[in-house]
Amino acid sequence: MKSKVYESFDAAVADIADGSTIMFSGFAGPGTPRNLIAALLAQGASGLTVISNTPGSWGDGPIDLKALIDAGRVRRVVAAFTAATHPSMRRAFDELYEAGEIEAELVPQGTLAERIRAGGAGIGAFYTPTGVGTETAEGKEVRSFEGRDYVLELPLRADYAMLRAHRADEMGNLQYVHTQRNFGPIMARAARTTLAELDGPVAAAGEIDPNQVHTPGIFVDRMVVVPADGIQEGARGG
Amino acid sequence: MASAEVLSRQAMANRIAMEFEDGWVVNLGIGMPTLCSNFVHPERQILYQSENGLVNYGPLAVEGEEDFNLVNAGGQYVIPLPGMAVLDHADAFALIRAGYVDVSVLGAYEVAANGDFANWKLGGRKGGGIGGAMDLAVGARNVFVMMEHTTRDGAPRLLERCALPITAPGVVTLVATTLGLFEVTSEGFVLREIAPGYSPDEVQAATGAKLIVPQDLREFQQGHSP
Repeated sequence: MKSKVYESFDAAVADIADGSTIMFSGFAGPGTPRNLIAALLAQGASGLTVISNTPGSWGDGPIDLKALIDAGRVRRVVAAFTAATHPSMRRAFDELYEAGEIEAELVPQGTLAERIRAGGAGIGAFYTPTGVGTETAEGKEVRSFEGRDYVLELPLRADYAMLRAHRADEMGNLQYVHTQRNFGPIMARAARTTLAELDGPVAAAGEIDPNQVHTPGIFVDRMVVVPADGIQEGARGG
Repeated sequence: MASAEVLSRQAMANRIAMEFEDGWVVNLGIGMPTLCSNFVHPERQILYQSENGLVNYGPLAVEGEEDFNLVNAGGQYVIPLPGMAVLDHADAFALIRAGYVDVSVLGAYEVAANGDFANWKLGGRKGGGIGGAMDLAVGARNVFVMMEHTTRDGAPRLLERCALPITAPGVVTLVATTLGLFEVTSEGFVLREIAPGYSPDEVQAATGAKLIVPQDLREFQQGHSP
Protein backbone atom coordinates (compact mmCIF):
# COMPACT_ATOMS: atom_id res chain seq x y z
CA MET A 1 0.00 0.00 0.00
CA LYS A 2 1.27 3.43 -0.93
CA SER A 3 2.37 5.54 2.02
CA LYS A 4 -0.08 8.22 3.08
CA VAL A 5 2.71 10.34 4.52
CA TYR A 6 3.87 13.21 2.32
CA GLU A 7 7.16 14.96 2.91
CA SER A 8 5.85 18.42 2.15
CA PHE A 9 2.63 20.39 1.98
CA ASP A 10 3.52 21.40 -1.57
CA ALA A 11 3.64 17.75 -2.65
CA ALA A 12 0.33 17.00 -0.91
CA VAL A 13 -1.57 19.72 -2.81
CA ALA A 14 0.32 19.54 -6.13
CA ASP A 15 -2.44 17.84 -8.17
CA ILE A 16 -5.38 19.98 -7.03
CA ALA A 17 -6.98 21.30 -10.20
CA ASP A 18 -8.70 24.59 -10.94
CA GLY A 19 -12.42 24.38 -10.24
CA SER A 20 -12.10 21.83 -7.42
CA THR A 21 -14.56 21.70 -4.54
CA ILE A 22 -12.72 21.66 -1.20
CA MET A 23 -13.98 21.34 2.36
CA PHE A 24 -11.95 23.10 5.05
CA SER A 25 -12.26 22.13 8.70
CA GLY A 26 -11.77 24.66 11.48
CA PHE A 27 -13.87 26.68 13.86
CA ALA A 28 -12.49 29.94 15.28
CA GLY A 29 -8.96 28.62 14.83
CA PRO A 30 -8.67 25.05 16.11
CA GLY A 31 -8.78 22.47 13.31
CA THR A 32 -7.96 24.97 10.56
CA PRO A 33 -5.49 23.41 8.07
CA ARG A 34 -3.39 26.56 7.84
CA ASN A 35 -0.29 24.91 6.37
CA LEU A 36 -2.31 23.18 3.65
CA ILE A 37 -4.03 26.48 2.85
CA ALA A 38 -0.65 28.22 2.57
CA ALA A 39 0.55 25.51 0.18
CA LEU A 40 -2.62 25.68 -1.89
CA LEU A 41 -2.23 29.46 -2.15
CA ALA A 42 1.31 28.98 -3.46
CA GLN A 43 0.19 26.18 -5.80
CA GLY A 44 -2.22 28.58 -7.49
CA ALA A 45 -5.42 26.57 -8.08
CA SER A 46 -8.33 28.90 -8.80
CA GLY A 47 -12.05 28.84 -9.50
CA LEU A 48 -12.46 26.89 -6.26
CA THR A 49 -15.68 26.10 -4.44
CA VAL A 50 -14.98 26.14 -0.71
CA ILE A 51 -17.15 24.61 2.01
CA SER A 52 -16.33 25.83 5.49
CA ASN A 53 -17.91 27.29 8.62
CA THR A 54 -16.82 30.78 7.54
CA PRO A 55 -15.07 32.17 4.46
CA GLY A 56 -12.08 32.82 6.73
CA SER A 57 -11.91 35.04 9.77
CA TRP A 58 -12.93 38.68 9.82
CA GLY A 59 -10.15 39.66 12.21
CA ASP A 60 -6.39 39.63 11.85
CA GLY A 61 -4.67 36.36 12.45
CA PRO A 62 -2.64 33.58 10.91
CA ILE A 63 -3.44 32.40 7.39
CA ASP A 64 -6.87 30.89 6.76
CA LEU A 65 -9.42 30.76 3.91
CA LYS A 66 -9.46 34.53 3.62
CA ALA A 67 -6.02 34.34 1.98
CA LEU A 68 -7.45 32.28 -0.90
CA ILE A 69 -10.42 34.63 -1.23
CA ASP A 70 -8.27 37.76 -1.13
CA ALA A 71 -6.08 36.25 -3.87
CA GLY A 72 -9.12 35.70 -6.12
CA ARG A 73 -8.89 31.91 -6.08
CA VAL A 74 -12.44 31.26 -4.88
CA ARG A 75 -15.51 31.27 -7.10
CA ARG A 76 -18.09 30.02 -4.64
CA VAL A 77 -18.47 29.76 -0.86
CA VAL A 78 -20.79 27.53 1.16
CA ALA A 79 -20.71 28.68 4.80
CA ALA A 80 -22.69 29.54 7.94
CA PHE A 81 -21.48 33.14 7.76
CA THR A 82 -21.40 35.46 4.75
CA ALA A 83 -20.95 38.49 6.98
CA ALA A 84 -19.24 39.01 10.31
CA THR A 85 -21.28 38.87 13.50
CA HIS A 86 -20.63 42.59 13.89
CA PRO A 87 -21.55 44.89 10.98
CA SER A 88 -18.47 47.06 11.49
CA MET A 89 -16.21 44.18 10.43
CA ARG A 90 -15.58 44.08 6.70
CA ARG A 91 -12.93 42.58 4.45
CA ALA A 92 -12.33 41.59 0.84
CA PHE A 93 -14.93 38.83 0.90
CA ASP A 94 -17.70 41.32 1.73
CA GLU A 95 -16.76 43.57 -1.19
CA LEU A 96 -16.49 40.67 -3.66
CA TYR A 97 -19.76 39.16 -2.51
CA GLU A 98 -21.71 42.40 -2.65
CA ALA A 99 -20.27 43.11 -6.11
CA GLY A 100 -21.37 39.67 -7.34
CA GLU A 101 -17.80 38.57 -8.05
CA ILE A 102 -18.04 35.65 -5.69
CA GLU A 103 -21.06 33.40 -5.15
CA ALA A 104 -22.11 32.33 -1.70
CA GLU A 105 -24.65 30.00 -0.18
CA LEU A 106 -25.48 30.80 3.43
CA VAL A 107 -26.39 27.70 5.42
CA PRO A 108 -27.35 27.36 9.11
CA GLN A 109 -24.36 25.81 10.84
CA GLY A 110 -26.14 22.66 12.01
CA THR A 111 -27.56 22.15 8.54
CA LEU A 112 -24.08 22.66 7.09
CA ALA A 113 -22.67 19.99 9.42
CA GLU A 114 -25.53 17.59 8.72
CA ARG A 115 -25.29 18.09 4.95
CA ILE A 116 -21.58 17.23 5.16
CA ARG A 117 -22.34 14.27 7.44
CA ALA A 118 -25.00 13.07 4.98
CA GLY A 119 -22.57 13.46 2.09
CA GLY A 120 -20.14 11.11 3.81
CA ALA A 121 -22.81 8.69 4.98
CA GLY A 122 -24.52 7.74 1.72
CA ILE A 123 -27.67 9.67 2.54
CA GLY A 124 -29.65 11.14 -0.37
CA ALA A 125 -31.33 14.01 1.50
CA PHE A 126 -32.81 14.72 4.92
CA TYR A 127 -35.50 16.80 6.60
CA THR A 128 -34.50 19.24 9.36
CA PRO A 129 -36.61 21.64 11.45
CA THR A 130 -33.89 24.28 11.18
CA GLY A 131 -34.78 27.25 9.00
CA VAL A 132 -38.49 26.50 8.57
CA GLY A 133 -40.32 29.80 8.18
CA THR A 134 -37.12 31.71 7.32
CA GLU A 135 -35.34 32.88 4.17
CA THR A 136 -33.11 29.79 4.19
CA ALA A 137 -36.10 27.52 3.49
CA GLU A 138 -37.34 29.54 0.52
CA GLY A 139 -37.76 27.38 -2.59
CA LYS A 140 -37.24 24.15 -0.67
CA GLU A 141 -39.70 21.38 0.07
CA VAL A 142 -41.30 21.64 3.50
CA ARG A 143 -43.02 18.57 4.87
CA SER A 144 -44.82 17.84 8.09
CA PHE A 145 -44.00 14.81 10.24
CA GLU A 146 -45.98 14.16 13.41
CA GLY A 147 -47.29 17.70 13.36
CA ARG A 148 -43.97 19.48 12.93
CA ASP A 149 -42.62 21.11 9.77
CA TYR A 150 -39.23 20.18 8.36
CA VAL A 151 -37.30 21.43 5.33
CA LEU A 152 -35.59 19.15 2.83
CA GLU A 153 -31.83 19.60 2.60
CA LEU A 154 -29.34 17.93 0.25
CA PRO A 155 -25.94 16.43 1.10
CA LEU A 156 -22.61 18.11 0.41
CA ARG A 157 -19.65 16.26 -1.07
CA ALA A 158 -16.25 17.45 -2.21
CA ASP A 159 -13.21 16.56 -4.25
CA TYR A 160 -10.94 17.27 -1.30
CA ALA A 161 -11.16 17.84 2.43
CA MET A 162 -8.44 19.58 4.40
CA LEU A 163 -8.22 19.34 8.17
CA ARG A 164 -5.83 19.49 11.09
CA ALA A 165 -5.49 16.64 13.56
CA HIS A 166 -3.34 16.01 16.61
CA ARG A 167 -2.01 12.52 16.12
CA ALA A 168 -2.01 9.80 13.46
CA ASP A 169 -0.64 6.39 12.74
CA GLU A 170 0.68 5.26 9.38
CA MET A 171 -2.72 3.75 8.49
CA GLY A 172 -4.16 7.27 8.60
CA ASN A 173 -6.11 6.76 11.80
CA LEU A 174 -6.55 10.19 13.39
CA GLN A 175 -7.04 11.65 16.83
CA TYR A 176 -7.97 15.25 17.49
CA VAL A 177 -7.49 17.26 20.64
CA HIS A 178 -10.42 19.19 22.14
CA THR A 179 -12.22 21.51 19.71
CA GLN A 180 -9.70 20.84 16.97
CA ARG A 181 -12.09 18.02 16.04
CA ASN A 182 -15.08 20.12 14.84
CA PHE A 183 -15.67 19.44 11.12
CA GLY A 184 -12.68 17.08 10.66
CA PRO A 185 -14.41 13.70 11.10
CA ILE A 186 -17.40 14.53 8.87
CA MET A 187 -15.42 16.29 6.14
CA ALA A 188 -12.94 13.39 5.94
CA ARG A 189 -15.87 11.13 5.06
CA ALA A 190 -17.54 13.47 2.58
CA ALA A 191 -14.53 14.09 0.34
CA ARG A 192 -12.98 11.83 -2.26
CA THR A 193 -9.48 12.75 -1.12
CA THR A 194 -8.72 13.87 2.44
CA LEU A 195 -5.58 15.75 3.42
CA ALA A 196 -4.61 16.02 7.08
CA GLU A 197 -1.94 18.21 8.64
CA LEU A 198 -0.69 16.88 11.95
CA ASP A 199 0.53 18.41 15.19
CA GLY A 200 2.92 15.54 15.83
CA PRO A 201 4.83 12.74 14.07
CA VAL A 202 3.08 9.76 12.46
CA ALA A 203 3.12 6.72 14.74
CA ALA A 204 3.52 3.11 13.65
CA ALA A 205 0.36 1.07 13.04
CA GLY A 206 -0.88 -0.22 16.38
CA GLU A 207 0.38 2.76 18.35
CA ILE A 208 -3.11 4.26 18.49
CA ASP A 209 -5.62 2.21 20.45
CA PRO A 210 -8.30 1.21 17.90
CA ASN A 211 -10.95 2.14 20.45
CA GLN A 212 -9.61 5.69 20.55
CA VAL A 213 -9.58 6.38 16.81
CA HIS A 214 -11.64 9.50 15.97
CA THR A 215 -11.32 9.29 12.18
CA PRO A 216 -10.56 5.85 10.75
CA GLY A 217 -7.71 5.78 8.27
CA ILE A 218 -9.85 4.60 5.35
CA PHE A 219 -11.14 8.19 5.17
CA VAL A 220 -7.64 9.73 5.14
CA ASP A 221 -5.43 9.80 2.06
CA ARG A 222 -2.57 12.22 2.62
CA MET A 223 -0.84 13.34 5.79
CA VAL A 224 1.82 15.94 6.40
CA VAL A 225 3.46 16.61 9.76
CA VAL A 226 3.63 20.30 10.59
CA PRO A 227 7.33 21.06 11.10
CA ALA A 228 8.62 23.05 14.05
CA ASP A 229 8.81 26.16 11.87
CA GLY A 230 5.35 25.56 10.38
CA ILE A 231 2.19 27.46 11.25
CA GLN A 232 0.98 26.48 14.72
CA GLU A 233 -2.45 27.09 16.22
CA GLY A 234 -2.30 29.91 18.70
CA ALA A 235 0.20 31.90 16.66
CA ARG A 236 -2.03 34.96 16.98
CA GLY A 237 -1.42 37.84 14.68
CA GLY A 238 1.20 35.85 12.80
CA MET B 1 -36.60 59.48 29.00
CA ALA B 2 -35.81 59.25 32.67
CA SER B 3 -32.38 60.06 33.93
CA ALA B 4 -32.16 56.70 35.69
CA GLU B 5 -29.38 54.37 34.58
CA VAL B 6 -30.25 51.53 32.26
CA LEU B 7 -29.39 48.00 33.34
CA SER B 8 -25.83 46.88 32.76
CA ARG B 9 -25.05 43.94 30.51
CA GLN B 10 -23.91 41.92 33.51
CA ALA B 11 -27.14 42.72 35.37
CA MET B 12 -29.13 41.47 32.37
CA ALA B 13 -26.98 38.36 32.14
CA ASN B 14 -27.32 37.66 35.86
CA ARG B 15 -31.09 37.95 35.61
CA ILE B 16 -31.25 35.51 32.70
CA ALA B 17 -28.89 33.11 34.49
CA MET B 18 -31.14 33.16 37.58
CA GLU B 19 -33.62 31.20 35.43
CA PHE B 20 -31.19 28.32 34.85
CA GLU B 21 -32.17 25.22 36.82
CA ASP B 22 -29.92 22.62 38.42
CA GLY B 23 -28.57 20.21 35.81
CA TRP B 24 -29.56 22.31 32.83
CA VAL B 25 -27.56 22.16 29.62
CA VAL B 26 -27.03 25.78 28.60
CA ASN B 27 -25.78 27.22 25.32
CA LEU B 28 -24.61 30.85 25.42
CA GLY B 29 -24.50 32.86 22.21
CA ILE B 30 -21.56 35.02 21.18
CA GLY B 31 -21.22 38.41 22.87
CA MET B 32 -23.50 39.53 25.69
CA PRO B 33 -24.92 36.07 26.52
CA THR B 34 -21.48 34.72 27.47
CA LEU B 35 -21.69 36.98 30.56
CA CYS B 36 -24.33 34.59 31.95
CA SER B 37 -21.56 32.18 32.95
CA ASN B 38 -20.24 34.76 35.45
CA PHE B 39 -23.34 34.15 37.54
CA VAL B 40 -22.69 31.15 39.76
CA HIS B 41 -25.45 29.65 41.88
CA PRO B 42 -23.94 27.56 44.68
CA GLU B 43 -26.67 24.93 44.61
CA ARG B 44 -27.10 24.54 40.88
CA GLN B 45 -24.78 22.72 38.51
CA ILE B 46 -24.95 24.04 34.96
CA LEU B 47 -23.48 22.15 31.99
CA TYR B 48 -22.35 24.63 29.38
CA GLN B 49 -22.58 23.34 25.83
CA SER B 50 -20.88 24.86 22.82
CA GLU B 51 -21.87 24.14 19.22
CA ASN B 52 -18.24 23.58 18.20
CA GLY B 53 -18.38 20.35 20.15
CA LEU B 54 -18.11 20.81 23.91
CA VAL B 55 -20.30 19.74 26.79
CA ASN B 56 -19.35 20.88 30.30
CA TYR B 57 -16.60 23.36 29.54
CA GLY B 58 -15.40 25.80 32.15
CA PRO B 59 -14.59 29.49 32.57
CA LEU B 60 -12.35 31.58 30.33
CA ALA B 61 -8.68 30.60 30.48
CA VAL B 62 -6.34 33.14 32.04
CA GLU B 63 -3.68 34.58 29.78
CA GLY B 64 -0.65 32.35 29.54
CA GLU B 65 -2.62 29.22 30.42
CA GLU B 66 -4.65 28.85 27.24
CA ASP B 67 -4.93 25.59 25.38
CA PHE B 68 -4.95 26.80 21.79
CA ASN B 69 -7.19 23.92 20.77
CA LEU B 70 -9.91 24.62 23.32
CA VAL B 71 -12.31 27.44 22.45
CA ASN B 72 -15.98 28.19 23.03
CA ALA B 73 -18.37 29.21 20.26
CA GLY B 74 -17.13 32.78 20.48
CA GLY B 75 -13.56 31.65 19.84
CA GLN B 76 -12.52 32.46 23.42
CA TYR B 77 -10.09 30.11 25.15
CA VAL B 78 -11.82 28.23 27.95
CA ILE B 79 -10.65 25.62 30.44
CA PRO B 80 -11.94 22.05 30.62
CA LEU B 81 -13.97 20.95 33.62
CA PRO B 82 -13.71 17.43 35.05
CA GLY B 83 -16.17 15.38 33.01
CA MET B 84 -16.04 17.52 29.89
CA ALA B 85 -16.92 15.74 26.64
CA VAL B 86 -15.90 16.57 23.06
CA LEU B 87 -18.08 15.93 20.01
CA ASP B 88 -17.68 16.54 16.31
CA HIS B 89 -19.74 19.27 14.68
CA ALA B 90 -22.51 17.02 13.40
CA ASP B 91 -23.04 15.47 16.83
CA ALA B 92 -22.87 18.87 18.52
CA PHE B 93 -25.80 20.01 16.39
CA ALA B 94 -27.61 16.68 16.61
CA LEU B 95 -27.90 17.19 20.35
CA ILE B 96 -29.04 20.77 19.82
CA ARG B 97 -31.80 19.88 17.34
CA ALA B 98 -32.89 16.85 19.36
CA GLY B 99 -33.73 18.94 22.42
CA TYR B 100 -30.84 18.12 24.76
CA VAL B 101 -30.13 21.82 25.30
CA ASP B 102 -32.42 23.24 28.00
CA VAL B 103 -31.85 26.86 27.12
CA SER B 104 -30.22 28.83 24.36
CA VAL B 105 -29.42 32.44 25.27
CA LEU B 106 -29.00 34.57 22.19
CA GLY B 107 -28.47 38.18 21.26
CA ALA B 108 -30.93 39.70 18.79
CA TYR B 109 -31.69 42.77 16.70
CA GLU B 110 -35.45 42.40 17.15
CA VAL B 111 -37.96 40.29 19.07
CA ALA B 112 -41.66 40.26 18.17
CA ALA B 113 -44.72 39.90 20.37
CA ASN B 114 -45.44 36.53 18.73
CA GLY B 115 -42.04 35.13 19.78
CA ASP B 116 -40.34 35.56 16.40
CA PHE B 117 -36.84 36.99 16.55
CA ALA B 118 -34.23 38.30 14.14
CA ASN B 119 -30.49 38.12 14.75
CA TRP B 120 -28.67 37.13 11.56
CA LYS B 121 -29.11 39.77 8.88
CA LEU B 122 -29.34 43.55 8.94
CA GLY B 123 -31.50 45.50 6.52
CA GLY B 124 -29.89 46.33 3.19
CA ARG B 125 -27.11 43.77 3.52
CA LYS B 126 -26.52 40.90 1.16
CA GLY B 127 -24.56 38.75 3.59
CA GLY B 128 -25.57 37.45 6.96
CA GLY B 129 -24.22 35.52 9.89
CA ILE B 130 -26.48 32.67 10.88
CA GLY B 131 -23.92 30.51 12.64
CA GLY B 132 -25.72 28.12 14.95
CA ALA B 133 -28.58 30.46 15.81
CA MET B 134 -31.28 28.87 13.62
CA ASP B 135 -30.52 25.38 14.94
CA LEU B 136 -30.44 26.56 18.55
CA ALA B 137 -33.66 28.50 18.05
CA VAL B 138 -35.65 25.47 16.89
CA GLY B 139 -33.86 22.87 19.00
CA ALA B 140 -33.40 24.29 22.49
CA ARG B 141 -36.23 23.72 24.97
CA ASN B 142 -36.18 27.41 25.88
CA VAL B 143 -34.95 30.41 23.91
CA PHE B 144 -34.07 33.51 25.93
CA VAL B 145 -32.85 36.75 24.38
CA MET B 146 -30.61 39.50 25.75
CA MET B 147 -30.39 42.83 23.92
CA GLU B 148 -30.34 46.60 24.27
CA HIS B 149 -33.90 47.87 24.56
CA THR B 150 -33.50 50.19 21.55
CA THR B 151 -31.10 50.65 18.66
CA ARG B 152 -28.33 53.23 18.83
CA ASP B 153 -30.75 55.59 17.04
CA GLY B 154 -33.45 54.99 19.64
CA ALA B 155 -35.68 52.74 17.54
CA PRO B 156 -37.43 49.99 19.49
CA ARG B 157 -36.26 46.37 19.24
CA LEU B 158 -39.36 44.87 20.86
CA LEU B 159 -41.92 44.97 18.05
CA GLU B 160 -45.36 43.68 17.09
CA ARG B 161 -43.70 41.93 14.13
CA CYS B 162 -40.06 41.66 13.09
CA ALA B 163 -39.02 43.91 10.21
CA LEU B 164 -35.74 42.05 9.61
CA PRO B 165 -35.52 38.46 8.26
CA ILE B 166 -36.32 36.16 11.16
CA THR B 167 -34.13 33.46 12.70
CA ALA B 168 -37.08 31.33 13.78
CA PRO B 169 -40.80 31.85 14.25
CA GLY B 170 -42.47 31.89 17.66
CA VAL B 171 -39.72 30.51 19.87
CA VAL B 172 -38.66 33.28 22.28
CA THR B 173 -40.27 33.14 25.73
CA LEU B 174 -38.14 35.54 27.81
CA VAL B 175 -36.25 38.74 26.96
CA ALA B 176 -33.93 40.77 29.17
CA THR B 177 -33.26 44.28 27.90
CA THR B 178 -31.59 47.35 29.36
CA LEU B 179 -35.04 48.40 30.67
CA GLY B 180 -36.49 45.21 32.10
CA LEU B 181 -37.50 41.59 31.86
CA PHE B 182 -40.24 40.65 29.39
CA GLU B 183 -42.17 37.43 29.07
CA VAL B 184 -43.55 36.53 25.65
CA THR B 185 -47.08 35.14 26.10
CA SER B 186 -49.95 34.28 23.79
CA GLU B 187 -51.29 37.78 24.61
CA GLY B 188 -47.98 39.47 23.74
CA PHE B 189 -45.19 41.00 25.86
CA VAL B 190 -45.72 41.05 29.61
CA LEU B 191 -43.44 43.44 31.52
CA ARG B 192 -42.42 41.25 34.48
CA GLU B 193 -39.62 43.34 35.97
CA ILE B 194 -38.59 46.94 35.39
CA ALA B 195 -35.26 48.76 35.67
CA PRO B 196 -35.02 50.85 38.88
CA GLY B 197 -36.10 54.45 38.35
CA TYR B 198 -38.22 53.76 35.26
CA SER B 199 -42.00 53.86 34.96
CA PRO B 200 -44.03 51.44 32.84
CA ASP B 201 -45.07 54.40 30.65
CA GLU B 202 -41.43 55.21 29.92
CA VAL B 203 -40.71 51.60 28.98
CA GLN B 204 -43.83 51.48 26.81
CA ALA B 205 -42.73 54.66 25.02
CA ALA B 206 -39.46 52.93 24.03
CA THR B 207 -41.23 49.77 22.87
CA GLY B 208 -42.75 49.02 19.46
CA ALA B 209 -45.43 46.67 20.76
CA LYS B 210 -48.17 46.94 23.36
CA LEU B 211 -46.90 45.92 26.79
CA ILE B 212 -49.07 44.14 29.31
CA VAL B 213 -48.24 45.54 32.75
CA PRO B 214 -49.36 43.12 35.46
CA GLN B 215 -50.40 44.01 39.00
CA ASP B 216 -47.40 42.18 40.38
CA LEU B 217 -44.81 44.08 38.31
CA ARG B 218 -41.52 43.92 40.21
CA GLU B 219 -38.31 45.86 40.23
CA PHE B 220 -35.60 44.12 38.15
CA GLN B 221 -33.97 41.47 40.32
CA GLN B 222 -30.32 42.31 40.72
CA GLY B 223 -28.89 38.87 41.10
CA HIS B 224 -25.21 38.49 41.81
CA SER B 225 -23.14 35.44 42.45
CA PRO B 226 -21.59 34.97 45.89
